[in-house]
Amino acid sequence: MVSYFSEIFSGLWSLVVGLAITFREFFSPAVTVQYPYQTLKMPPRFRGHIQLIADEEGNPNCIVCMMCQRACPSGCISLAGKKEEGQKKKVLTKYVLDFTTCSLCGSCVEACNFNALEFSGEYKLASTRKEDYIIDLKKRLEENNS
Amino acid sequence: MELTLLNALIAVSIAIGFVALNAAYLVWAERRGAGRIQRRPGPNINGPLGLLQPPLDGIKLMAKQLIIPGGADKALFIAAPVLAMVPAIMSFVTIPFSDVIIAHDLNIGILVIFAFASMGSISLLFAGWSSRNKYAVMSAMRAVSQAIAYEIPMLITVITVVLIAGSMSLTDIVQTQKGGIWNWYVFPFRSGLFNPLMLMSFLIFFICALAETNRAPFDLGEAESELVAGFHTEYGSMGFGLFFMGEYANIVIGACLTTILFLGGWDCPFGLYPGVWWFIIKIYLIIATIIWIRWTFPRTTIYGLLNLSWKILIPLSLFNLLLTAALLKVL
Repeated sequence: MVSYFSEIFSGLWSLVVGLAITFREFFSPAVTVQYPYQTLKMPPRFRGHIQLIADEEGNPNCIVCMMCQRACPSGCISLAGKKEEGQKKKVLTKYVLDFTTCSLCGSCVEACNFNALEFSGEYKLASTRKEDYIIDLKKRLEENNS
Repeated sequence: MELTLLNALIAVSIAIGFVALNAAYLVWAERRGAGRIQRRPGPNINGPLGLLQPPLDGIKLMAKQLIIPGGADKALFIAAPVLAMVPAIMSFVTIPFSDVIIAHDLNIGILVIFAFASMGSISLLFAGWSSRNKYAVMSAMRAVSQAIAYEIPMLITVITVVLIAGSMSLTDIVQTQKGGIWNWYVFPFRSGLFNPLMLMSFLIFFICALAETNRAPFDLGEAESELVAGFHTEYGSMGFGLFFMGEYANIVIGACLTTILFLGGWDCPFGLYPGVWWFIIKIYLIIATIIWIRWTFPRTTIYGLLNLSWKILIPLSLFNLLLTAALLKVL
């Protein structure tokens, strides 16, 4: 008989404790990020597709050594450069990433000795057309600069 | 007020409007409340604070096709959602919102409401049986056994209140609780009746009201982890919509009854301006508690549910009935 009533009271008390917890949660602020309206900053080690790094004048650091192209296991990087007259270094004329075959392994970033390549924070990559994934990184850099 | 066709029509349309508005916006309140409890905002895109969500949901449901599964009992299948909605609306006829706002004051008002409430479980049985779906049948069986188990303690507590009030008319029950919080039947500390167990009866009634409306933590009839969606598994479109609205209408009726029987109806707790506003405040406080409870507790098991009713609620409510009868005789 005693255990019958003590069970009822301990049960009731546990219900009150549970209600108190949800009551506190009700008045705490929401933690949701409302995605299309609010976005989080991507963490520094996020692996988006690669992008070129610019120097102070906005020109790419790349000297067209082709190490990244050689390091890429899927052959999705193609770049070209030419040597202007009277200049020591080669100048990048084209840098195209075929993101359809890229596996984000990062070998290109590792292979780069001239601080010219990094992962971007780009994550909005959904598209219905294949052409959208052939990314011209030089053009992208220029657009970012302007 | 005399009973003419026009009066009846007006009363019914007001009742339907009240039920529909409540059903729609309680869904909104439920989703917002659940969101707050789970630390997320809930529906907030459509309109200010997401207030356009319920009408848009309704339009979506109405635009869908009503599919009747092959082999289903057509007549019962169509009748069930209507039957779920009709008693919920009919019950509002006898519920007094204040001493003047009442469609028709019957001297057996409380009996009428419980008769209609029992019809609600028939609609669940119809829906489960006619769907030709094993989960629906199992759910219907559960819902009916639950309704039977919880109607008994509920009616016993109601009898306790009727004993004290000496009337089955809901208006009279409220009138006898007039004059402040100490006269309410939740703890009636007035001359002639000192019954500390009425608080327990109030809790029993509230638990039974939760179980009668198939609300969490007693929503075994639609336990989605076990029974898909229970009795409304096969219903789409407005058939589902009617079940949904019926559930929320039943919640409103449960809150109204709790208010009338235990919390003094339209009476003010400290004697200021009694009126319909106090009734509205009380029922929405109770509804908020019901929503709060739903998003706090996990679902019970069917054995736990029936054990709670037969081993705890029925003996305790019976004991309080005896005690109240004795107190009324002695004091």
